[in-house]
Amino acid sequence: MLYALKIAARYLTASKAQTALLVVGVAVGVFIFIFMSALIGGLAEFILSRTVGDISHITIEAEIDDPALLISPEGHVLAVAQRGGIRTATLADAATWLPLIEAVPGVKAVSPQITGAGFLTRGAQISQVSVTGVEPGRESAILDLDGYMVEGAARLASGLIVLGRDLADDLALSLGQTLRLQSSNGVTAALTLSGIYETGNGGMDGARAFVSLPTARTLFAMPQGVTQIEIKLDDLNAADATALRIQALTGLDAAPWTDGAEQLMEALNAQAQTGYFLKTFALITIVIGVASALLLSTYRRRPEIGIMRAMGAGRGFVVFVFVTQGALVGLMGGITGAALGYLALLPFPSRDAFEVGTLPMDITQGSYGLAITLTVIGAILASILPARSAARVDPVTAIGQ
Amino acid sequence: MSTLLEVRNLVKTFGTGDVATRVLRGMSLRLATGEMAALLGPSGSGKSTLLTILGTLMKPTSGSFEMLGQDLITSADRELTVFRNMHIGFVFQFHNLLPDFTALENVMFPTAVREGRETPTARARGRELLVRMGLADRINFPSANLSGGQKQRVAVARALMNAPELVLADEPTGNLDRASAMQVMELIDQINREEGTTFLISTHDEKIASLCRRQLVVGDGVLTG
Repeated sequence: MLYALKIAARYLTASKAQTALLVVGVAVGVFIFIFMSALIGGLAEFILSRTVGDISHITIEAEIDDPALLISPEGHVLAVAQRGGIRTATLADAATWLPLIEAVPGVKAVSPQITGAGFLTRGAQISQVSVTGVEPGRESAILDLDGYMVEGAARLASGLIVLGRDLADDLALSLGQTLRLQSSNGVTAALTLSGIYETGNGGMDGARAFVSLPTARTLFAMPQGVTQIEIKLDDLNAADATALRIQALTGLDAAPWTDGAEQLMEALNAQAQTGYFLKTFALITIVIGVASALLLSTYRRRPEIGIMRAMGAGRGFVVFVFVTQGALVGLMGGITGAALGYLALLPFPSRDAFEVGTLPMDITQGSYGLAITLTVIGAILASILPARSAARVDPVTAIGQ
Repeated sequence: MSTLLEVRNLVKTFGTGDVATRVLRGMSLRLATGEMAALLGPSGSGKSTLLTILGTLMKPTSGSFEMLGQDLITSADRELTVFRNMHIGFVFQFHNLLPDFTALENVMFPTAVREGRETPTARARGRELLVRMGLADRINFPSANLSGGQKQRVAVARALMNAPELVLADEPTGNLDRASAMQVMELIDQINREEGTTFLISTHDEKIASLCRRQLVVGDGVLTG
């Protein structure tokens, strides 16, 4: 079929302007396909990095034990709880699990934490806060605290506290000032403000305080263990699978970020669906363009097809010539469109440097190979109808034209 | 001489019902190997239809047609395509070359389409034929740039490429000036004499017909002479 390939190529080069127009048409379709892939993919990355980038991808929380049951002689079941006690769940063996979790493939960072509620007081002013105790050196393991610091440093040590900008403003605090933090356990500690962060999230900036893990142990009367372990992954899309793996490895209840993020996932899926529709329409445009151009070509070349048939060319040969033409147009258009798409995406910032106000185009999600492959397949399918029509040409009628 | 082909009681009707037109009305014909015959007759007499049927490009409504011992009425399209490629050559009035190909590529076509590629042997045979047709300096010329006479000589070379037993020529000189027409006919005569290729030439031109050693006259769908 080398000869059919030669004839197909000759037909394409014989009508250079027409072929160029056809290839450009296909290339535009491929360009749109790639542009949409990069935009939809980039947008998903952007949304995820903004919404999920600073949260734990997998969280292991201690389960609160149910009160002990006491069966009365009459058979009644009584729950036994300590009056006035605060039931704080603890991952007592956290230190044992940490090295194991850190060794799980895909795990980027692990942060054992003690969390609880408390009140910050400075003079007559009181603010309710959510307190997170993190291990010194792991302050930015989950939330990029370092990146959000506007004053001071994120480094936490015993006796230090880091607050959000809104909370610091509410309490009229500045760096180096001392304030009192009373935990929900009733323990009070005097702490020095060592840093102020600003994430842009009002809830966090106005109500969350970071202290060191030893300080949190004192505040929440927890000499050992932690209340939760937060885990960050290299690929947040692998959270479900990795959570299952950790659960199987440790027996702990590991919850991926996707639990409770159904609405976000639905929104991302809807966005992806929109992308599929747009890409499908781009492919349909390519198929229609190639089919109509080849139909015109076969009509114009009817006398030649008749001659070929008279000279002993079989119907299969004729089909192959025109299908090969379609494939060549698809290949040339696909490569041209992919190259143009890549060049057009080059000026956009990389996925790690998306900026607000610019299109979050992700050049790595252009689906170049897929675009070229689908285009060639589409062009081949598009050329089958014209090719079959060409093969059915009656040589007698065609030669007489 | 041995029989190359024989048709008996060929009938060809186009259309049906009131618009049915019977072009061939029971034509019978026998051609021997190495003959050079002219097919004469007025327009609409059925000459072209007969050539088309003999070229296996069309099937008759009824009748029999055998060539080289093969029944070509019952053969399938695929078998006829192969048969045509190997045993029959065509020369048309308007040469019908492939315009985007050179003279040599046109001549090689019947062999290349069979072999699946342009083999060195086919290239050598094509060159030889073009030289023989007096086109040594036009071998790699785009066929679209050749003169009418040159194109027709390329068409003759193409018809001979696979060394067919039969060449069917439908008004091969009808579109040429007298000098070019005579040149083409001389070439056909030379090949017929030297290689024994059978030619059946449809023509209106009595002078061209007189160059053939047998004249067949078609009238009203049958041979009248």
